[in-house]
Amino acid sequence: MANNSLSSTDALIANAPVCRPHELKRLPGDLAMWFFILAELTVFAIFFIGFAIAENLNLVMFAEGKTQLHKVAGLINTIALITSSYFVAISLHAMRAGNNQQAVIRLGLALMFASVYIVLKLWEYQALFAQGIDIETNTFFTLYFLITAFHFMHILLGMVILAYMAKNAYQGKYNDPRSENEFSGFESGACYWHMVDLLWIILFPLIYVI
Amino acid sequence: MNTLKYQSQAVAKPYFIFAMILFVGQILFGLLMGLQYVVGDIVGGLIPFNVARMVHTNLLIVWLLFGFMGAAYYLVPEEAETELHSPKLAIALFWIFAAAGVLTILGYLFVPYATLAHITGNDLWPTMGREFLEQPTITKIGIVVVALGFLYNLGMTILKGRKTAINMVLMTGLIGLAVFFLFAFYNPTNLALDKYFWWFVVHLWVEGVWELIMGAILAFVLIKVTGVDREVIEKWLYVIIAMALISGILGTGHHFYWLMTPAYWQWVGSIFSAIEPLPFFAMVLYAFNMVNRRRREHPNKAATLWALGTSVMAFLGAGVWGFLHTLAPVNYFTHGTQITAAHGHMAFYGAYAMIVMTIMSYAMPKLRGVGEANCNRAQVTEMWGFWLMTVGMVFITLFLTGAGVLQVWLQRLPESGEALSFMATQDKLAIFYWLREIAGVVFLLGLIAYIASFFVKEKQVA
Repeated sequence: MANNSLSSTDALIANAPVCRPHELKRLPGDLAMWFFILAELTVFAIFFIGFAIAENLNLVMFAEGKTQLHKVAGLINTIALITSSYFVAISLHAMRAGNNQQAVIRLGLALMFASVYIVLKLWEYQALFAQGIDIETNTFFTLYFLITAFHFMHILLGMVILAYMAKNAYQGKYNDPRSENEFSGFESGACYWHMVDLLWIILFPLIYVI
Repeated sequence: MNTLKYQSQAVAKPYFIFAMILFVGQILFGLLMGLQYVVGDIVGGLIPFNVARMVHTNLLIVWLLFGFMGAAYYLVPEEAETELHSPKLAIALFWIFAAAGVLTILGYLFVPYATLAHITGNDLWPTMGREFLEQPTITKIGIVVVALGFLYNLGMTILKGRKTAINMVLMTGLIGLAVFFLFAFYNPTNLALDKYFWWFVVHLWVEGVWELIMGAILAFVLIKVTGVDREVIEKWLYVIIAMALISGILGTGHHFYWLMTPAYWQWVGSIFSAIEPLPFFAMVLYAFNMVNRRRREHPNKAATLWALGTSVMAFLGAGVWGFLHTLAPVNYFTHGTQITAAHGHMAFYGAYAMIVMTIMSYAMPKLRGVGEANCNRAQVTEMWGFWLMTVGMVFITLFLTGAGVLQVWLQRLPESGEALSFMATQDKLAIFYWLREIAGVVFLLGLIAYIASFFVKEKQVA
């Protein structure tokens, strides 16, 4: 019995993924990109705090404003962005496995889901404008438009970055064995995209739902 | 001993020297005004306060422009690894700009401003009468001509040489400087509208494109004095300028709060201004990081001190003291008080005066044929200059901040009727103004030490 449990532990250890210590410590992507991401998160954090405070001061206005937003569109966009992020993540796996072609295809899929977001968001804006709602309607919509438009610009920038990564991956520019960390540029871009996704995951419940 | 990599870099020297002469003038007029704040007219009506102020601020802008041009003429050829396209053009433009600058300042001092406006044809194309942009229209046109010649000269140099990130960022900054100056030629009669275009020059200069110039010069000097890989420094330069541009351009909103603009500008201005300290903070981290990871001990210790100092002082003056009053609810009370003056002093000194002195400190020994660095005694004198000026500026800023807080308390916070009038408040601030004047004298001593360091030689050993 004792013997059995020992062997099963051995089996567990043997099957566990190998984690080399330096890999655990390593920051994916470039430190400069992380500084940039932290700066971006700070801007959004200030926006979210500002939104929360303004909401507390204008409970009725904000509750009413939220009813005018299209929650289903928001939900579809959430799913689109998470799916897009998933494809970026598995694209990195393909890169590491040395399969550049597959990585490029996965980045293409990520871009496709990002486009879903773009189209839907523009449709949402258009629907609000059609109702006569704009950035000057009230504090809720001022913040709604400022925060979502700022996020929208990040999606656009992120898409440019993804396209650039796809181009470089296609040309094999990340496969330089002399480089200390050959996928650093790819990882930096992926981190940026995950940040854009993460921001929406906070933004959606805060502005649309709660 | 000639240590210049490209002989045409030598054209930077007259630019730097003339910048220092104007700098001395700026400080003298600053001290005069500081005194006028508390004792009123002391020169028999010869130099009224408004004229002294105009000379003080215009000299600052012009000497910084000379400094930036000198910096560009020095570093662009070295980065591009080629001689300057036309050293003759650079020298010709120097004399044109210097003559125009001197004539304009003399015009301010010896001709009543209205007369100056009249004789320079301001009626035909009115651009005068706005803070910092007081120059007669003809001077403004001269500035554009000089800037175009300058950009042409540098552009041609870069085109034929190596293209580096530092040169690209510097050129973007300098082109931006010239382009945004064009708004100075548009002066709508509507005062609120006029302010927009005025800020497009003033704000997009100091909180936009000038930051690129500063970042590029700092990166250049850091590469030289630390020997750290260009790649590492360039990467940080990109991050810093991206943040500076995003926060700086949207941060223009903090000037739109009370200009009859839609209310959302209060959100945009407040939030993005809150981010404006970050690129400066990144510069502090990166300057200290590079110096700690240095691969060589450069003999010019003073230049390293200036490089570190400018990052810290720019962060404090532009970043922290700027943020102090950019949130809309705060700015509602502090707008146009001595808080603004405190921020203005430390930001201009920390970010722009110091970056010019950083590159001068690095380049002047080479330009003067002294070698890689000045002798030890000269460097010690220069460091005295650094510390006296910097400490002087810290105290000028603190005293003006004290004055500003008291001003807000007496003049802005009380409900109408109980609030003191502007002039009654100024009387109550006298103690702060006196202390500021003393700090100003310390600053002048620092400047004298700095200038003296150019003439200090190693003692002859008998």
